[in-house]
Amino acid sequence: MQPIIRVQDLSKLYYLGRSAAAYSTFREVVMDVARLPLRYLRRAEEPASIWALKDVSFEIETGDVVGIIGRNGAGKSTLLKVLSRITEPTTGRVELYGRVASLLEVGTGFHPELTGRENIFLNGSILGMSRREIAAKFDEIVAFAEVEKFIDTPVKRYSSGMYVRLAFAVAAHLEPEILIVDEVLAVGDAAFQKKCLGRMRDVASAGRTVLFVSHNMAAVSALCTKAMVLWEGQVEYPLGGVEDAVQKYLTQVHKITKTTLAERTDRQGNGKVRIQDFASYDRDGNEVEYIASGQEVNFRVYYSSTQENVEGVTVAIGITSDTGAFVSMLSNQVAGESFQSIGRDGYFTCKIRKLPLAPGSYTASLIIRSNEAITDWIQQAVTIVVEPGDFFGTGRMPPQSHAGVLLEQEWTLNGNSSH
Amino acid sequence: MQSVGLPAEPLVVIQPTKRWSLLSFKDIWAYRELLFFLTWRDVKVRYKQTALGAAWAILQPLFMMIIFTIFFGRLAAVDSAGIPYPVFALAGLVPWTFFSNAITASGNSLVGSANLITKVYFPRLIVPAAAMLAGLVDFVLAFVLLILLMLYYQIVPTIQLLFLPVLVLLTALFSLGVGTWFSALNVKYRDVRFALPFLIQLWLFVSSVILPSSAIPAKWRWLLMLNPMSGIIEGYRSALFGLPFDWPALGIASGLTILTLLYAIYAFGRVERSFADII
Repeated sequence: MQPIIRVQDLSKLYYLGRSAAAYSTFREVVMDVARLPLRYLRRAEEPASIWALKDVSFEIETGDVVGIIGRNGAGKSTLLKVLSRITEPTTGRVELYGRVASLLEVGTGFHPELTGRENIFLNGSILGMSRREIAAKFDEIVAFAEVEKFIDTPVKRYSSGMYVRLAFAVAAHLEPEILIVDEVLAVGDAAFQKKCLGRMRDVASAGRTVLFVSHNMAAVSALCTKAMVLWEGQVEYPLGGVEDAVQKYLTQVHKITKTTLAERTDRQGNGKVRIQDFASYDRDGNEVEYIASGQEVNFRVYYSSTQENVEGVTVAIGITSDTGAFVSMLSNQVAGESFQSIGRDGYFTCKIRKLPLAPGSYTASLIIRSNEAITDWIQQAVTIVVEPGDFFGTGRMPPQSHAGVLLEQEWTLNGNSSH
Repeated sequence: MQSVGLPAEPLVVIQPTKRWSLLSFKDIWAYRELLFFLTWRDVKVRYKQTALGAAWAILQPLFMMIIFTIFFGRLAAVDSAGIPYPVFALAGLVPWTFFSNAITASGNSLVGSANLITKVYFPRLIVPAAAMLAGLVDFVLAFVLLILLMLYYQIVPTIQLLFLPVLVLLTALFSLGVGTWFSALNVKYRDVRFALPFLIQLWLFVSSVILPSSAIPAKWRWLLMLNPMSGIIEGYRSALFGLPFDWPALGIASGLTILTLLYAIYAFGRVERSFADII
C-alpha cells in the first residue's frame, strides 16, 4: 500500500555552540573574544555539534495512529518539528501525501487582548484552516470548549482552564489528512483530557493519520495502533506493535539507569554542584538494592561541588511510575529544610518513615539547585524497585492492578440492625 | 480503500533547501488568509489599553507638524515652494510616519513572533509583511488630517492626484523591503532594536520632509536621490499640490525600491530556514 508519510534517511545536526548563544549582540561578541581561552577549555568537554536525528527512515500508512516514544533528547521533538516544516533537516527527505496540521502546543498565536471569538479565527487560520472552514465549525468549537457565555470576552480574563479548553477546541476541529500531536493532552482537568482523548480517537477512526509523541506510555497504549522508539536520534525500535515498543522503551530506560550517575552525560545545569550517586539505605544504615513498601527508607544523593560554599541548595527527587505518570516529589524545600551552605562533597539524605509506594518499578529524576539556578539535573536518573512489604501491618495488600499509592487507613461501621 | 484518495505526487516534500532557492510565491498565495488575519490582529491590538486609542495615528504627525512649523516654518523661514509650510510639512510627515512605523514594526516582528515561528509552519515573510500592512490603517487616518488641512488652506488638487496610489504602493514596497531586511537581521543581532530608532531619526533629515530637495545645492542633490524616501516624499507633494514631478528622482527611487525589496527577500530567505533554531 502507498504510504501517506515517507521519511528517508532523515538527519538533523544542531550546533551546540551556535544554539547556546541563541542570539548575540555586538557586546557579547566582544565578550566572547575575551573569554576565548575559557571557551576552548569547555569545548574540550562537550561535542561542538549533536545529531538530534540520524538516518531516520520509516513509512506510515493512511489511518495509522503512530506513537513515537523516547526519552527527553531522543529526537522526538526534532522529528515533529521537521515533519511540521518548522525546522529544516540537514540531510534526507520527507514526502507527505496529505495536508498536515501540527499541534506542538495548543493556543499558538492566541492574543490575550482579543476575544474568544477573534482568537478562534486567528488561531484557526494559524493552524491552516480557511476562514470559511472556521465559520462553519464555529458553533461546534464554542460548544466543545464550553465557553459560550464568554465568547466576546478578551481571553486574558479567562481562567486557565477555559483558555486551554478553547485552545484545544480549535485544534480538535482541524480536519487534516495527517495530524501531528505533541503531548498537548497533558493539559486541562481529567474530564477534559478524557474528552480530548476521545476526540483524537474519532480523528483516527475517520481514517486520518495521527502521529503522537508522548512520555505517557498509558496514553500511547490506549491510542496508538503502531509505535516506534527513538533513542539518541536513531530509530531503536522500528515501527511496529505498541506493546513491544513500550516494552523496548522501558527496558532501555532500565538499562540507562544502571549507568553510574557520575558518568551520565544526559544532564543539564551549570555544573556547580554535581550529582555523583544515588543509593537507598535501610533503618540501620545498610545500603539496600531493593526497598519494600511500609519500611523506613533513606535515599542518599551524593554530590560534589566545584566551590567551597554553595548557598541556598535545594535537592529534589521526582518519582514517576513505569508508565511515565508522576507519583511524587521529594524535596527539602517542601519539607521546610534548607541547606544554606554545603561543603565540597557529601550527601543529602531524605528519610521516609514508612514508604507508601506500592510494589513495582519506579524511575526517579534528580535535580539540584542553588539559589533557584539548576546546577545539575538528570532525568530518569535511577530505577527504584519496590518490593512487596507489609505496609498495613495486616499482611494484606491491594491487588496489583489497583495498588498505586498506599495510604494508612482506619475503617469503622455505623449500622442499624433491622429489628 | 484508503489509498484511493492519495495523490500520486507528494503534496509536500521536505528536504534541505538549496542556497539559491527562490521565494515561493505560490506558498505565500496559499497563506494569504493568514496574512490577512495577522494584519487584522496587529490593527486590533495596536491601541488596546491606550487612553487615546487610534487618535495616536493622527497625533504623531500633527505634533511633529506643529513643531516643524514653529522651528522651520517660522524661525528658519524655510522656502516651501510656495505651499504654506504646515501643509507642506504634513504632506511629508504622513508618508514618513508610515514609513518609520512600518520599518520599526516589521523590524521587530519576527523576534516578537518567536512563539509562532517555533510552533507552526507558514511562509515567514508573512510576518514582516503583516506588520507593514497594519500600518496602512494609521496612514489612512493621518491622510484624513492632511485632507482637512488642505481644505483649510484651500489647496485644490489637480489631475496629478491620480498618481497617488502609485506613490502609496512605492512607499509600502520600500517599507516592506527595509523592514524585512531588518527583521531578518534582528533575529541574529538584537542590536537592531536599538539601532533602528536612531537610524530613523537620522534618516528623517535626509528625506525632504523638513526641506524641499530644491533647498539642497544642485551639486549635492544626486546624493539625496540615493535615498528613495526623498524622491517618494517629493512625489507626494507633487501629486497633492500639482507641482511638477521630478521624474528622474522618482525613477531612481522606484529602481532602488525594487532592488531593496529583492535583496531583502534574498537575505531573508537565506536565514529563514534557521529562524526556528536560533530565534
